Amino acid sequence: MIRLRLEARPEPSRLAQWFSPVVATAAVVLIGFVLFSAMGKNPWLALHAFFIEPIDQLYDVGELLLKASPIMLCAVGLAVGYRANVWNIGAEGQLTMGAIFGGGIALAFHGSESPWLLPAMLVAGMVGGMLWAAIPALLRTRFNANEILVSLMLVYVASFVLSLLVHGAWRDPEGFNFPQSRLFTEGAMLPILVEETRLNMGVLIAFAAVALGWLFMRKSLVGYQMRVAGLAPAAANYAGISARRTVWLGMLIGGGCAGLAGTGEVAGPIGQLLPSISPGYGFAAIIVAFVGRLHPVGILFASLLMSLLYLGGEAAQVHLGLPAAVTGLFQGTLLFFLLAADVFIHYRLRVVRIPTLVKAA
Amino acid sequence: MTPRLELAGITKIYPSVVANDGVGLTVLPGEIHAVLGENGAGKSTLMKIIYGVVKPDAGRIVWEGEPVAIGNPARARRLGIGMVFQHFSLFETLTVADNIALALEGDRAGEGLPARIRDVSAKYGLPLDPERHIHTMSVGERQRVEIVRCLLQDPRLLIMDEPTSVLTPQAVEKLFETLRRLAQEGCSILYISHKLDEIRALCHKATVLRAGKVTGTCDPRRESSSSLARMMIGGDLPHPEHREAKAGEDALVVRDLSLPADDPFGTALANIDLTVRAGEIVGIAGVSGNGQKELMAALSGERPIIDGERIMLLGRPAGRLDAAQRRALGFAFVPEERLGRGAVPEMSLAENSLLTAHREGLVSRGMVRAGAVRAYAAETIRAYGVKAGGPDAAARSLSGGNLQKFIVGREIRQKPKMMIAAQPTWGVDVGAAAQIRQALLDLRDSGVAILVVSEELDELFEICDRLAVIARGRLSDAKPVTETDAEEIGLLMSGSFIQAGAETHRAYSPAGVI
Repeated sequence: MIRLRLEARPEPSRLAQWFSPVVATAAVVLIGFVLFSAMGKNPWLALHAFFIEPIDQLYDVGELLLKASPIMLCAVGLAVGYRANVWNIGAEGQLTMGAIFGGGIALAFHGSESPWLLPAMLVAGMVGGMLWAAIPALLRTRFNANEILVSLMLVYVASFVLSLLVHGAWRDPEGFNFPQSRLFTEGAMLPILVEETRLNMGVLIAFAAVALGWLFMRKSLVGYQMRVAGLAPAAANYAGISARRTVWLGMLIGGGCAGLAGTGEVAGPIGQLLPSISPGYGFAAIIVAFVGRLHPVGILFASLLMSLLYLGGEAAQVHLGLPAAVTGLFQGTLLFFLLAADVFIHYRLRVVRIPTLVKAA
Repeated sequence: MTPRLELAGITKIYPSVVANDGVGLTVLPGEIHAVLGENGAGKSTLMKIIYGVVKPDAGRIVWEGEPVAIGNPARARRLGIGMVFQHFSLFETLTVADNIALALEGDRAGEGLPARIRDVSAKYGLPLDPERHIHTMSVGERQRVEIVRCLLQDPRLLIMDEPTSVLTPQAVEKLFETLRRLAQEGCSILYISHKLDEIRALCHKATVLRAGKVTGTCDPRRESSSSLARMMIGGDLPHPEHREAKAGEDALVVRDLSLPADDPFGTALANIDLTVRAGEIVGIAGVSGNGQKELMAALSGERPIIDGERIMLLGRPAGRLDAAQRRALGFAFVPEERLGRGAVPEMSLAENSLLTAHREGLVSRGMVRAGAVRAYAAETIRAYGVKAGGPDAAARSLSGGNLQKFIVGREIRQKPKMMIAAQPTWGVDVGAAAQIRQALLDLRDSGVAILVVSEELDELFEICDRLAVIARGRLSDAKPVTETDAEEIGLLMSGSFIQAGAETHRAYSPAGVI
């Protein structure tokens, strides 16, 4: 008798660990091919629209990086917490708070040309995100409240706070009553990096965060201790690694990064405060963090991929008349294949013969 | 006489190890047959094959003259094979009768079950109340439930996997009486152990395994412990040297420490008094589940206590300090669980060095010095003879004994002034255990205060200078080992030193001892 069996690998394969996102992406392309054919579209054209068109011109590459930056920032910050079993699901809210704090500074010093304005906005944005993340951290360490629920619920609170401000106190006096703030002036905007694109300094901040994230998790004692807390809580307790500090650090780093991303959005492509700042970057970052294996370099590539899916989805809508749901479908398929590929990191498929016992003579 | 069970050429290969390699074994009716070997020699795999839990890759099983394939434990039970596992599978919140009923097939678990439990337990000298709840029972009593559960199925072969590791010496003697009576009635017994004295006292025949292969069979009654050990480990057993202790100042003083249990099935500590001085080893004997876990958590700082002065560590009140702060005072701790507590399974040995030894110059300005970390791990591996691929080997890739040597080495190399080792040689093979004991003795001779918690009396008598016993959350006075013996310690383990009426505050009858 022959059957297939999943067999645990004695050691998880390192090669497979890095290879599985590649396999998953390839599988997504393949599924896309089948899907588009079934819909009566030319699959080559569709795939071209989805994966090539968004990056075939300099301007488009700028857009790709521009969209990837906030996702990258949020994901790098979240990954620090996730490694330590601190489940911050509220990056979207912390991003919104960052936008409010950073944008608040921009509005308070409207028209200022001071070189300190932009740094002050970035710091304020970071502080805003951290404060918002401090609430679940405090409730978790004080009352053992689940940080997943608290941080998630605070997303909605943050969006209402923003809404309140742009509908009320911070509404543009010359804005014909539209719920939006004044446009930021030059001094409050991140400088453009490449002429003829919208790509700004934000991408450098994101890259710096990737580098710092890697340095922190891989090379610092505190980062090591956070990884221990995530892998083996009993070992962390044994070594005297404070569980409280782990929660605080995990939440604050995630919140700070998300806040920075929020400021980067309002001081970048948006240029003012609007009722909605992000099309779900803070949530996309959760997927990106895991697709990138919670590793900063992996996150760098995963956020580019996620950004490509966003842009490709738009292009497919515009050029081929595909429904908007295609973007979500592609993201979902990607995650599905990634998780499926993960199984093979720890297991291998083996064809086994059911052992037959030798009959006694 | 037709053998009850005959194995030939049993082979089981796992992805990374050959667990059994052409193993043969013959058990006669009424024979108590020892399967002897170090940890990892393949004893447990072989028993699981007989009980139908694991399928062999090759080989032949003959049961009472008939070749059989034992596909699952239910099939094994129908053939008449019963097994008492090392780790019990009982539901804590159910009664004895409920637990037994769950294991019996259909019609056997009926109205008359409590009466049958009483009959069987009386017949074999295993007193048991069918109506009692498991969580109120000691480990020894729980083992009786497991044994009675097997006996109710009229087994013709009973497999016992390291049954005495949880028992007091007196309880071991009672268990042996039961097993001998069973054997006289014609039941065969396969007895797994690495305790040579027990095997010599109980068994009629022994099959010795080493690295998955049979290295010999013998009549253990005609062998000496050292000749059995030679078969088991392929060499002579090293014996640690125990010199007279030169005890110095008090390093650890515990005064009247009481602590409620932190989970419903835990043990509360009551009025613990304990002093460990520099240059001596104090041992704490006792059956597990009597408060060792709670005492260790309080002493190590994993569970800080409110009244800091109850624990004085190296002259400083330490009760409120966490584990890291206590380490900074010169404290080290080898915990009972190696994987997941003493070491992070997924991390390399180098990274695991960093866990507690980061004060040893492995970190500068908050950043890890990777070279120094690797060197520290490499030196620990070398100095303590750890068999590992090197500093980059993952902790979980090591055998239990080798990982324990690594952890003990890591802790000792931090030059502590006070060290606690919980079950330092539990599950560790004989050779590595002797090495660890020697390391502890050397550490003592260098003037370090050491507290050892162990269930193995032989070990405690071998290395300790003074010995206390923990029972039901209370600690007896520590006595010099020269003034006591195994019998007295065994009595203390049953809680004989606890005065009547001292336990009125307990909510339920405690997880005590037999």
